[in-house]
Amino acid sequence: MSILVYTENWDGKFKKLSFELVSYAKALANELSTTVTALSIGKVADEELKKLGNYGASKILNVAEDRFENLDNKALALAVANAAKSEGSKAVVFAHNNLGKAIAPRVSVKLDGGMVTGVTELPESTDPIIVKKKVFTGKAFANIQIHADIKILTLAQNSFELIETDNNAVIESFDAGVSDDVFSTTLNETNKVTGKVLLTDAEIVVSGGRGFKGPENWGILEELADVLGAGMACSRPVSDEGWRGHEEHVGQTGKIIAPNLYFAFGISGAIQHLGGVNSSKVIVAVNKDAEAPIFEAADYGIVGDLFKVIPQLTEEIKAVKS
Amino acid sequence: MKILVLISNVPDTTTKIRFVDNNKAFDTSGVQWIINPWDELALTRAVELKEAGGVETITVANVGESITEPTLRKALAVGADDAIRIDTKPKDAYFVASQLAEIAKNFDVIMVGIEASDYNGSAVGGMLAELLDFNSVSAVSGMNIENGQLTLTREIDGGQQKISVKTPVVTIVQKGIAIDPRIPAMRGIMMARKKPLKVVPAVEAGEKTSYVNFELPPPKAACKMVEEDNVKELVRLLQEEAKAL
Ligand SMILES: Cc1cc2nc3c(=O)[nH]c(=O)nc-3n(C[C@H](O)[C@H](O)[C@H](O)COP(=O)(O)OP(=O)(O)OC[C@H]3O[C@@H](n4cnc5c(N)ncnc54)[C@H](O)[C@@H]3O)c2cc1C
Repeated sequence: MSILVYTENWDGKFKKLSFELVSYAKALANELSTTVTALSIGKVADEELKKLGNYGASKILNVAEDRFENLDNKALALAVANAAKSEGSKAVVFAHNNLGKAIAPRVSVKLDGGMVTGVTELPESTDPIIVKKKVFTGKAFANIQIHADIKILTLAQNSFELIETDNNAVIESFDAGVSDDVFSTTLNETNKVTGKVLLTDAEIVVSGGRGFKGPENWGILEELADVLGAGMACSRPVSDEGWRGHEEHVGQTGKIIAPNLYFAFGISGAIQHLGGVNSSKVIVAVNKDAEAPIFEAADYGIVGDLFKVIPQLTEEIKAVKS
Repeated sequence: MKILVLISNVPDTTTKIRFVDNNKAFDTSGVQWIINPWDELALTRAVELKEAGGVETITVANVGESITEPTLRKALAVGADDAIRIDTKPKDAYFVASQLAEIAKNFDVIMVGIEASDYNGSAVGGMLAELLDFNSVSAVSGMNIENGQLTLTREIDGGQQKISVKTPVVTIVQKGIAIDPRIPAMRGIMMARKKPLKVVPAVEAGEKTSYVNFELPPPKAACKMVEEDNVKELVRLLQEEAKAL
């Protein structure tokens, strides 16, 4: 009857996101008077697995197999559904990230469950179960009732605090029950950027728009990112023009991020841009146009020239950090 | 290869969001409807692939009442060969996926946008794949067909992967699949009028979730302004007041 939480690993490691997810599952389990079982697929050391216990997982099912490395969606969904069945889970929780979004819908069908994606809070009511999520790309919230017995949720990133608990987790190896013929994805090539702060992990994000005027002016922003340990982002025209890579594009049609602190330099603040960043805790805008709509979304603002402000900001931050 | 592109009919991205009926329903008065931006990119890529050879036909499908027909006509004008509208109000993602399963089983590649910009569900593609027992690939940012083989680029955290996958398959696509959405040309608009748009009745299907009500976010406090030559003060505020640095 437990709550199952699928905790993805990145090269054998968990992230803050994983622990947020377990904390959420634990809080939900408390409301439903049950416990949390975490499911890990791939090779992860026991020591790392044990960390999930610090946030409330009492059991960890470990599928220590390489076969799932190709992220075959059908095979992964079957593995998760089998774990949920063997646990008799009444809820399954995923991260609302690339992999969570890929698998959760499949699992919901397999378990004949009801799914809500991108939830931002614990259920407002558990009987009936009603959960809240953002809709219209952050412009509104919806309260949604789930009518099925089994609830499938994906949790929006940075929407739940870490809560540490006593650790009494037990690790059990689990046979996912997925035969080889289920897999039909072949991995030909993987390219990963290394050494950069990932946009979706970053606590601070510095972002630039058309105000940068061209592809050659981004050195000052890179330097600021460096000093802050921040991730870098940009508006859509900037990535469409090829001034920056499309992995940096945030907004309604790009990445949706929710850092603690978001700096928008030379970004006008179009509604589609805000859709991707309006969940940031604090927004700072620097724009030479005092009427730019970004100031309506921002908490702090400077009307001014980004080419002057950014280098000063870098120096100030260096000064307070040393 | 036969491609099906699923088309969601959504309010224009600049729409002011309001609710009616005690915040129980979205206020559609005065709303301009568009093809969901990701579906539009999916369709654009499908048309590019067809022009390059290797794709026999492109069908577009939508679950919706007659108000969605202009959006389907637009998809035909962009380059789809025919359109199917399943004539019912879309209730929830499971209901919609169940409707589409009837049609989608006849295709090799089904392209679905990563989410619809109205209810942001990210659910129909995966559910549809599971209902059909097809494989699915999510976060697809590139698609090619070489010698009848489908190769995809998929976004992973901090990078990309090139993969091959057996058809039939549901691809859940996002930014990168095409750069700019294709705008229908006059000729396309003329031709679209003659292309088939088939209306089919809904099948019996359940729903697993329902909207209780909607809320607008609380109003935001005014932005605190700092002078351009006083960046020091900004840093102080971020540290001491916002506790964000
Ligand atoms: C369907 C759809 C989806 C979209 N999705 C997205 C999306 O996901 N993300 C996104 O970002 N956009 C998206 N857009 C585009 C969006 O509408 C805007 O066009 C875009 O966000 C504008 O980018 P920008 O702010 O960089 O450029 P602009 O709007 O051109 O703004 C540039 C700003 O820089 C300021 N500026 C110029 N020089 C300086 C200087 N020296 N110092 C300081 N400030 C300066 C100007 O005052 C101006 O405010 C979408 C549009 C549509 C129709």
